[in-house]
Amino acid sequence: MDLQEYFSLVFSDYTLRTITLGTAILGAVTGMLGSFAVLRKQSLLGDAISHAALPGIAIAFLITGAKDSNTLLLGALVSGLIGTFWIRGIVKKTHLKSDTALGLILSLFFGFGMLLLTFIQKQPNANQAGLDKYLFGQAATLVESDVWLMAIVTGLCLFVLLLFWKEFKILLFDADYTKTLGFNTKVIDILITSFIVLAIVLGLQTVGVVLMSAMLLAPAAAARQWTNSLSKMVLLAAIFGAFSGVFGTAISASQTNLSTGPVIVLVASIFVVFSFVFSPSRGLLFKQIRFIKNRRDLELHKTLAFMYHIAETHENISHPHTIKLLNNFQGFTRKTLQKLVEKNYVTLDGNMWSLTEAGFKTAANLYTKQTTEDE
Amino acid sequence: MNSAQIEIQLIASLVAIACAIPGTFLVLRKMAMISDAISHSILPGIVVGFFITQDLNSPLLIVLAALTGVITVVLVEYIQKTGLVKEDTAIGLVFPALFSIGVILIAKNANDVHLDVDAVLVGELALAPFDRLIVSGVDIGPKSLWIIGIILLITITLLIAFFKELKVSTFDKGLAASLGFSPAIIHYGLMTVSSVTTVGAFDAVGAILVVALMIAPAATAYLLTTNLKKMLALAMFFGIFSAISGYWLAHLLDASIAGSITTMLGLIFLAVYLFAPNKGVIAVMYREKQQRTEVSLLTFLLHLKNHNEVEERHVNHLREHINWQKVRAKTVLELALKNNMIVVNNDIVSLTKKGDTFTSKAIDYIITNKDAQIEDMKDDFFLFRG
Repeated sequence: MDLQEYFSLVFSDYTLRTITLGTAILGAVTGMLGSFAVLRKQSLLGDAISHAALPGIAIAFLITGAKDSNTLLLGALVSGLIGTFWIRGIVKKTHLKSDTALGLILSLFFGFGMLLLTFIQKQPNANQAGLDKYLFGQAATLVESDVWLMAIVTGLCLFVLLLFWKEFKILLFDADYTKTLGFNTKVIDILITSFIVLAIVLGLQTVGVVLMSAMLLAPAAAARQWTNSLSKMVLLAAIFGAFSGVFGTAISASQTNLSTGPVIVLVASIFVVFSFVFSPSRGLLFKQIRFIKNRRDLELHKTLAFMYHIAETHENISHPHTIKLLNNFQGFTRKTLQKLVEKNYVTLDGNMWSLTEAGFKTAANLYTKQTTEDE
Repeated sequence: MNSAQIEIQLIASLVAIACAIPGTFLVLRKMAMISDAISHSILPGIVVGFFITQDLNSPLLIVLAALTGVITVVLVEYIQKTGLVKEDTAIGLVFPALFSIGVILIAKNANDVHLDVDAVLVGELALAPFDRLIVSGVDIGPKSLWIIGIILLITITLLIAFFKELKVSTFDKGLAASLGFSPAIIHYGLMTVSSVTTVGAFDAVGAILVVALMIAPAATAYLLTTNLKKMLALAMFFGIFSAISGYWLAHLLDASIAGSITTMLGLIFLAVYLFAPNKGVIAVMYREKQQRTEVSLLTFLLHLKNHNEVEERHVNHLREHINWQKVRAKTVLELALKNNMIVVNNDIVSLTKKGDTFTSKAIDYIITNKDAQIEDMKDDFFLFRG
């Protein structure tokens, strides 16, 4: 199936429609909440939580013995929350730093989860197959009820976000101020963290434990490059996330042997790289262009200042000098000279140049402006 | 115990030591998550190396994969330097992308590659003894044992040779630079060792256990000591202990060895986290509670010092006045009595001489913040300890 076929089938084929909708909604909700994680410097929390969710899935299966995705996700949610709060406990109560705490919880919970999974696999229960799909996710296993669940959670997230928008925003940028205003920062903090955990858990089935953190980070990191406003960033991140979901699903469906999760993550990464390079205000490309332009301007000023110093020693400022004189000076190029002529600061006559009245004035001003700026 | 079992435990123990050494420095340098990033992002390196060599244990593959690890570090640092995102976001962006490439490479070539993504994540230690190294017809032991043994040897040599440099640059970067040790060389040296160790251990124990073996023993040791040498020794001990006990746990449950080693690491960390003498949660909570009581005690003594009137010093009045709960008031009163700081006559509380000098000294300390005056009080009161 090629891409074109995919897009013609996406509205008619049940499986494709479900998966596409699922990944799109998932991308949107993780992008939305990921913005908060990224801005709160909790980027790697997502990685830790998604790994920490694994034992919860295994334990939920051990208790219920059924593979109902809702109960498994509930287990994941509980274990993810335990992991999150343990991380906070470690950082708060001991001198271990947050990176150590994250790495610890991530690897220890995941290892424990693997122990349980391998233990379950050896059990005489035919039902256990497919639990390991939570490692890398399998978008193909999404059914309509899963998508409904995602949609409901997304709606809930959106509702809470809008309801507490002011609180979330102020806590994000000035936690101390929030406290002095009388907000219960702890509750707001727990609320937003819980929603991040919820979003991660939702994505486990689709993208899997290992790559879930990228779903949280990549759309938000990409969106961050285009705007400095929180509301715009959240919106953009949701859009980027949704598009990553759709494109990722489309690409993986159009090829054989391509699992959806990694492809979605790669598409999201491409969004990030594109944003890093091409964002107008922060992007590397425009930064470099601005850098070069500034350097040119500076050199132009240097040349002009040099000419000014020569002209200063003569009674007639428009007294012509040879271009060779400028060769001592490295800022001089044919192009800069041409530019100076364009600006009407200099007139050229064969091999001779002379400063015009306007050029002399600008150069003098340039100099005084610089000295006043230096002071 | 048969020979395969001994070999597995030996491999696991060597991996634990080889991981504990770089892990200790990673934890101290606040770069623990880098090890997680490396362990994931070496996957494409391993896959590409495997295409070329067709042998998971070939040295070329290890070099290639380790190179991917170093590239990860460089990429993360490049993104950090652009200032477009915060530091940890850079880590979180790089390794999932590289890992995805690895997974896709495996999936697209599933037929030619005897490489399973699940195995990459958790490894299969149980199979390690069956892949033997045969030199001119003589079986000289499992390949993994040799690989990790050589890596460990190199790591230990480097550790002994550059211990001083590592120590200085870990705790005081500025000093290290001014003494002429290049921070960059030490940094990338450590990153290279971490990458090589990760790759070497990867095949045997998988990506996640490598991270656990690097971070958990070091973090556990860090809760118990602040001496670098002791921390290294403790980390190695915890690593070996969980490797061996984890093996037997796996044996008992018939489950993944890597998973049970991690679980043992987790249990040890949990125990130390709760019960460590000075830095454990229980010790910290006890200290905080004690400090709270002592602050109350000081307030109480101050109140007594400021009031000579009998009615201000009546037991019942005090409770109203300072607005304490009954239980709290009782604890404070008992603490003060125990230290001979007050005497109670007919429900009237008054300061003793000792209490009086203590109060003045403590207030003096709080005002001037000079340590010398309270040296002798530090032993009795948590309040004045750092």
